[in-house]
Amino acid sequence: MTQLALVIDLNVCVGCHACVISCKEWNTSGPAGTMCDDNPYGADPTGTFFNRVQTYEIGEFPYTETVHFPKSCLHCEDPPCVPVCPTGASYKRENDGIVLVDYDKCIGCRYCSWACPYGVREIDEHEKVMKKCTLCVDRIYDESLPKAERKPACVMACPTSARLFGDVHDPQSEVSIAIREEGGYALMPEWGTRPSNHYLPRRKMRKHIHKDELVRADNPLKKEQRDHAEPIDAPTLDDSTSW
Amino acid sequence: MHPAFSVVFLTTLIGVGQGLFLAIFTGQSYSAVELLPSEDSIQFYAMGSMLALAFLFAGLIASLFHLGHPERAWRAATKWRTSWLSREVIILPLVMFLVCLYSLMHYFGWDTMLFTSKTGAHLQLTLIVGGLGLIATLALFLCTGMIYAAIKFLQEWATPLTVINYLLLGSASGFVLATAFSSYNAPGLVKFYGIWATIITLAALLTRSAALLRNARIKYKSSMQTAIGIRHNQIQQKSMGFMGGSVNTRDFFHHQSRLFMKSIKWVFMLLTFFLPLLFLWSGIEQANSSTLILAFLIQYAGLIMERWFFFAQANHPQNLYYQSL
Repeated sequence: MTQLALVIDLNVCVGCHACVISCKEWNTSGPAGTMCDDNPYGADPTGTFFNRVQTYEIGEFPYTETVHFPKSCLHCEDPPCVPVCPTGASYKRENDGIVLVDYDKCIGCRYCSWACPYGVREIDEHEKVMKKCTLCVDRIYDESLPKAERKPACVMACPTSARLFGDVHDPQSEVSIAIREEGGYALMPEWGTRPSNHYLPRRKMRKHIHKDELVRADNPLKKEQRDHAEPIDAPTLDDSTSW
Repeated sequence: MHPAFSVVFLTTLIGVGQGLFLAIFTGQSYSAVELLPSEDSIQFYAMGSMLALAFLFAGLIASLFHLGHPERAWRAATKWRTSWLSREVIILPLVMFLVCLYSLMHYFGWDTMLFTSKTGAHLQLTLIVGGLGLIATLALFLCTGMIYAAIKFLQEWATPLTVINYLLLGSASGFVLATAFSSYNAPGLVKFYGIWATIITLAALLTRSAALLRNARIKYKSSMQTAIGIRHNQIQQKSMGFMGGSVNTRDFFHHQSRLFMKSIKWVFMLLTFFLPLLFLWSGIEQANSSTLILAFLIQYAGLIMERWFFFAQANHPQNLYYQSL
């Protein structure tokens, strides 16, 4: 069984919001219709987004670290939002594990957004239906695109490759290896939702440089800049050459 | 959570309707075993259950305001295997149908005696229909309560007390209304309904207080640490990901002050439990119908606040991601 998911590397994310913009651009121009965007340049902008990048400060000044935290639907393996839906509009696909909303069946009762502990379902206040990340389902299977581009828009946009996309059920996939080897974790494990999206933790990248490493002993450039330290009349090795 | 008034009115109005039907049917059941005199079919049973139906219908209308696409509401009956909301959507019309049938049977006298014992106890056809209505009414209380109790991470709701409170608060308001109603149409039953209304209101006071105590000492399972998966005691949100608001900041928080939340709790306790009991007692003692109506109205106002508080008090874990709320 396939379970498509994103793996987000918090060590690499620089919080540039390119994934947010790319996601909105792709999905608002998609076949499912626009995602609302009210007062985008006004005093109180609001709208539907599938993806948000939040920023947290960890620690106490001056010993702080900034963590940028992209947040979208985690495509849980046991999604609590699906069984509560009274119409069946909210469903999880059997073949690839993507959790989707059928916008034609949704009655806009918001019960699924109450039943999602992560707050990643947002009602579209114009279309009055629940919307959420689709993992760009209209993109990843599009055979008119080159194979390398059959990825969610957010993954394509990320300038630091902080977002990986793949099948977390395939132990040899890029995402599975990243989760396994880089300590990937799930959010709010206490609710048993088993999110498919994973996050790679911040990693300490420390390198100790010793003094002798600052000067390269065999630096070829140095050949031209020999220090003529010895006096000119000093004895030479062969009595004929001199410095 | 942000309390939606459509849901506040839905749950309180159908609560009154269900409670009133239970009360009317209780009256007929008592008379069937000769504990109470039989009342006039049209004036009491038919009119009383029609009034209950009116409340159920008003609740149904209120619920439509909660939906983004009310024209698709029929679809909500499809996922009854997994969704308590779907089950409620099926059972509410069923209750309305049975209450309506019960009322019409009494009104038009479509009734036959099925069985009479030597002691005078008897079983009528209306009693059977009413019995089915009773079962459906109790099932509706269960569904309404479970819609909230089934969301395990809304820890204030995820308790059997939620279902019990829906049952008892709805029944209490219904029996108080039945007391007022009987003072017009069946004065002999005022004391009977008054005593039951008092007992149920006191029971609801106990279970609602139990829920308040439980929720006051709740220990949240989710924290900032589990929300973003970073094990550090000092985590401060610097940006929610947007500069304005979003559905996340509007739909999941009540945006009221701590003082408001604290005071509304005492106000609803006073209006839902203590004042109605006082007015019930004085209304029954003085045989004053208006005082009894007032008891119902005060309790209903209290229930609106109680339900508002029930929603507002639930702390959704998604708020962890929106710290500047």
